[in-house]
Amino acid sequence: MSTAPVKIPRWVDVGLIPVINIALAFLVSGVILFAIDVHPLEAVEIILYGAFGYDEALGYTLYYTTNFVFTGLAVAVAFHASLFNIGGEGQAYIGGLGVGLGILALDPYLPFIVILPLAILLSAAFGAAWAAIPAYLQAYRGSHIVITTIMFNFIAAALMVYLMVNVLIQPGSMSPESREFAEAGHLPFMHEVFGWFGVKVTPSPLNLSVVWAAICCLLVWVFIWHTRWGYEIRTVGANETAAVYAGIDPKKVIMLAMCVSGALAGFVGINEVMGVHHRLLLNFTAGYGFTGIAVALMGRNHPVGIVLASLLFGMLYQGGAELAFEEPKVTREMVVTIQGLVILFSGALAYMMKGPVERTYVRIVGMTQRPAAQEG
Amino acid sequence: MLRKVTAAAAALVVSTTLAPLSTVVAAEVNPAVVFDMGGKFDKSFNEGVFNGVERFKKETGVEYREFEVTNETQREQALRRMAQRGANPVIGVGFAQAPALEKVAKEFPKTRFAIIDAVVDLPNVRSIVFKEHEGSFLVGMIAALKSETGKVGFVGGMDIPLIRKFACGYEQGAKYVSKDTEVVQNMTGTTPAAWNDPTRGSELAKSQFDRGVDVIYAAAGGTGVGVYQTAEDSGKLAIGVDSNQNYLHPGTMLTSMLKRVDVAAYKAFKDAHDDNWTSGIQVLGLAQDGVGWALDEYNKDLITNEMRAKVDQAAADIVAGVIDVHDYMASDSCSY
Repeated sequence: MSTAPVKIPRWVDVGLIPVINIALAFLVSGVILFAIDVHPLEAVEIILYGAFGYDEALGYTLYYTTNFVFTGLAVAVAFHASLFNIGGEGQAYIGGLGVGLGILALDPYLPFIVILPLAILLSAAFGAAWAAIPAYLQAYRGSHIVITTIMFNFIAAALMVYLMVNVLIQPGSMSPESREFAEAGHLPFMHEVFGWFGVKVTPSPLNLSVVWAAICCLLVWVFIWHTRWGYEIRTVGANETAAVYAGIDPKKVIMLAMCVSGALAGFVGINEVMGVHHRLLLNFTAGYGFTGIAVALMGRNHPVGIVLASLLFGMLYQGGAELAFEEPKVTREMVVTIQGLVILFSGALAYMMKGPVERTYVRIVGMTQRPAAQEG
Repeated sequence: MLRKVTAAAAALVVSTTLAPLSTVVAAEVNPAVVFDMGGKFDKSFNEGVFNGVERFKKETGVEYREFEVTNETQREQALRRMAQRGANPVIGVGFAQAPALEKVAKEFPKTRFAIIDAVVDLPNVRSIVFKEHEGSFLVGMIAALKSETGKVGFVGGMDIPLIRKFACGYEQGAKYVSKDTEVVQNMTGTTPAAWNDPTRGSELAKSQFDRGVDVIYAAAGGTGVGVYQTAEDSGKLAIGVDSNQNYLHPGTMLTSMLKRVDVAAYKAFKDAHDDNWTSGIQVLGLAQDGVGWALDEYNKDLITNEMRAKVDQAAADIVAGVIDVHDYMASDSCSY
């Protein structure tokens, strides 16, 4: 206790601990798979091959990754202001509604090149608006953001069902879906984009929004670490009292952080509605908003970490589906269990390994440094 | 000696000619089914299909591939993967798979597809739809004939046109017995959660019983379980849906409206197996035994001979076209 504490380097926290957590999750998954007579290593092989082995699989993996990047960034931005935005699901849903309404209204008249920026703006505006209400309630009325954002997920779902069943449904259609968008409202698939350059790629749902996701990563990095707004957000997140003392208005910061967060979540609508389904439909968010929380936690709220965590979850979604396809014994519930274990270990139990790993690190470093110190 | 040789030769001829034939048949039938979001154990629609394909497996010994989708995008992916793997025929379960199946069926014109509850107009697709309104009409009659208060109830699952179609047929059947029959209708909710909310089903049933209803028809998936339980607790009657649910509460379950998705799925595999495959639209109504009402040892004491005769007469009239049951989805309204 009397010796000066060894400083734990950053790579232990952002690199080593997440890797150990994932390894633990896979270890437990392996035991479960073993218990139902599926060879764990073969399962890993199927997941990896099914997620990265050929161009179609990679397309699907990256398509899921795109969604997780948007929702992961959304959660991360709010988290920097120490706000826990559980409402990514609802914000993504309403963002998609914005995209859909815009395209349904405009696609007969405008060309793609005009619709695209409008659609991006609309998804951001709708998502931000949906996040702004809980933000206002938190900032000015003291209602806890966790509760209000959860409730707004339900309101979003109810609103969408009402609109799809009663207003936007294509007449005569059985399922509550809008009409298909005209060609001008389709975001090109990546296999089409590659086709323009003469490269033949197997069709998959991957579309140009993956590029937008990459741009968003960059923008978020600039926003959080290289602008005054980002500085204010981080200051409020670190210590609200100190922020007030420094002349920052936490109310405005809460509004800003949540609106940016909601806008990012809303971009899921670009990928799903404009990129893949080309129509408005129910449940296109499929839990991506919730998974975004785990992605942000695992990615330590940094764009680079979020991209890596999104890739991991994209792999689990796509490779997991392949596993269920190949192994009759592995049901889709089993795949959800594996995903759940990863979330459990890297989210809920994220800091379980922090103590042991850091103590081990200190011991190792201590052993190697002590002789040097004596010599000096 | 000569006989032996001819016998051997005959056997050789038979085996050489039959062997390729049998391998061709085996190669052709590699059936697959893509269940929808509810999952194959949803106690209702998907499970009906599951029972049908399991029956096919038991009878023929032919294994089938299966997949349960977990999000919108996987429908197309799963159907395409099945076709790529040489699965043939491939069944898509539920109307929600129609757009995906249409796309994939175009890409694989040589693969045979079947879709249940929707119409996909392609030469290699068999579309199977049901006349749920006809079956609901009959159980509506049974409800009205049995009711002592002249009030019958309906509890729907999620408020979508398909369920309104059930409700509309039921209402017509009840009013056919007596114009004065009052039909109390409730939908459980507007989200897919409404398919599996027994608590709310129970609440709705209670409130309907309080209003004087004494028979409730539940077309609500897992929500129905709560309706049936409440009916038993209140000493009233309930009508099941999709599968025969009479056994759940003997003495309480008046009957069940049968929608034979199991037969549809079984027949799709079986027809391909026996080389009797036909594409096109199959509308399964009363005439085709695609819908109906259940009478078994669990509810035979509840159904009098007189009721049975009246319902059978109405069924015959529907088949003959004398009674025209209005289809809600034909006009998006229940005006008949």
